[in-house]
Amino acid sequence: MKSQFFAMPELSMRFLPVWKRHLLVWWKVAIPSILGHLADPLIYMLGLGFGLGTLIPEMGGTSYLLFLAGGTLCYSTMNSASFEALYSGFSRMHHQRTWDAILNTPITLDDIVLSEILWAATKSVMSGLAVLLVIWILGMSHTLLSLWTIPLALLIGLCFSAIGLIMTALAPSYDFFMYYFTLVITPMMMLSGVFFPVDQLPGVLQSVSALLPLTHAIDLARPLLIGNIPHNIMLHLIVLAVYSLAGFYLSLILFRHRLSK
Amino acid sequence: MTAIIEVNHLHKSYAGLRVVDDISIHIKRGECYGLLGPNGAGKSTTLRLLLGLTDPDGGTVRLLNHDVPHFAREARLRIGVVPQIDNLDPDFTVEENLLVYGRYFGMSEKEIKSRIPMLLEFSNLTSKRSAMVPTLSGGMKRRLSLARALVNDPDIIFLDEPTTGLDPQARHLIWQRLRELTSQGKTLLLTTHFMEEAERLCHRLAILDHGRMIAEDTPRDMIKHNIEPQVVEVFGDQVAEWATAHAAKFSQRHEISGETAFCYVQDAQPLVAHLQAHAALRYMHRPANLEDVFIKLTGREMRD
Repeated sequence: MKSQFFAMPELSMRFLPVWKRHLLVWWKVAIPSILGHLADPLIYMLGLGFGLGTLIPEMGGTSYLLFLAGGTLCYSTMNSASFEALYSGFSRMHHQRTWDAILNTPITLDDIVLSEILWAATKSVMSGLAVLLVIWILGMSHTLLSLWTIPLALLIGLCFSAIGLIMTALAPSYDFFMYYFTLVITPMMMLSGVFFPVDQLPGVLQSVSALLPLTHAIDLARPLLIGNIPHNIMLHLIVLAVYSLAGFYLSLILFRHRLSK
Repeated sequence: MTAIIEVNHLHKSYAGLRVVDDISIHIKRGECYGLLGPNGAGKSTTLRLLLGLTDPDGGTVRLLNHDVPHFAREARLRIGVVPQIDNLDPDFTVEENLLVYGRYFGMSEKEIKSRIPMLLEFSNLTSKRSAMVPTLSGGMKRRLSLARALVNDPDIIFLDEPTTGLDPQARHLIWQRLRELTSQGKTLLLTTHFMEEAERLCHRLAILDHGRMIAEDTPRDMIKHNIEPQVVEVFGDQVAEWATAHAAKFSQRHEISGETAFCYVQDAQPLVAHLQAHAALRYMHRPANLEDVFIKLTGREMRD
């Protein structure tokens, strides 16, 4: 690969008209999109929460339903960003050639990739808000600390859209994304404490878990919903930020390479 | 007058293959310049290099006094592009496509909206302003691509095979619009493999093959300098035997392609008189055109 592919990202506000384009597309399907954001966590929490919740009265020092709420919030925001960055992003880059059209204007590839990340993170915030709304409506959380999950949803969104875009940059077709979901996302869900505490895992897997971004997201979200201040806030934030920045940079290198052909 | 598009000794290779090989082009303001060539001749890559979307291996590009690729962004601010494959936004209406695209140039909503009625009229899409892109015909989509390329009121317009896949009516409308643009002083750079399109629209044109420019001239002089002025096409069952026996006597050059013998001649009269005596053979006598030059220079074999 050529040296100019490794240049630092050039950031500018030029991403904004591209982000607004994505928003306008979303606006046309806003109602089914919002319903999806609401229904998905609702079904999970009601189904698993009430079903398992009656068998498991308490987990990690709280009700199982509230325990699950923290996991669901992170897992939903992760999924929103991942689907947007992979399937929708690939469609814009490859299938619809939206990126080609934009690249003929003064907007650069760096701006486009940044807009993709910020848009996917926007979808995460929408998803996070929807989960929080469900949590409040079900009367599960009563603390104002839970509002901190909104900026957290943004950070989770940035992190998983940046990682997801690496896959998009490498993908020959939509089918490729199945690898990512079955080999990365699903195992991560099991290892990061969405459904049960990480300390239930064997020691080796606990070490793996400590490296996963979703684990750190959940370690922040869960106490915030319960009403406690999380431990090791800086550590968790740094891990999520490092994944975001590294993902952004790596995906940008790969996109520069791919689109130079 | 100095050139608005200035390309000198441009080189680009992919995987050891020279896709663009020492191309130099100088285009003046208000000129319509055509890049002709078979598939894979390097036309689209040349456009990509000019837009700064890919870096050259050698040579220089200056557009409107901006060095490309270093100042490609500044250059693209004043350029409109009609791409070979439509990349309109399928989720948007005609009008929204123009609005969203204008914002990419940093234009205000108000500024874009003030241009939209004119753009819609120019592209004959006023009645379709609220139609979704997937409901448009091929010709309408092309016209919308053209309107979109004009949203920033560019000085230069790149058109990559603007009429490929269109029916004759739709093609003529595009041609008419392109002529209007050149008369407004816009500079057009278009790639095509329709010779008729190049002959009608272009002030000057270049023929590319295997990444090299093999001819550059006005359409009229391109024909005059490269080929005999008259062509007689002879067809019929015994054309091969006839050609072996007689073609060389009457023509400067001849080629057989399938059931047809193409005879290139300075003076067609002796050949025509001879053919009138051969009832089994049919013939057509016509002046040489750009396609004859193109075939002569790039050969008859297929390019994929």
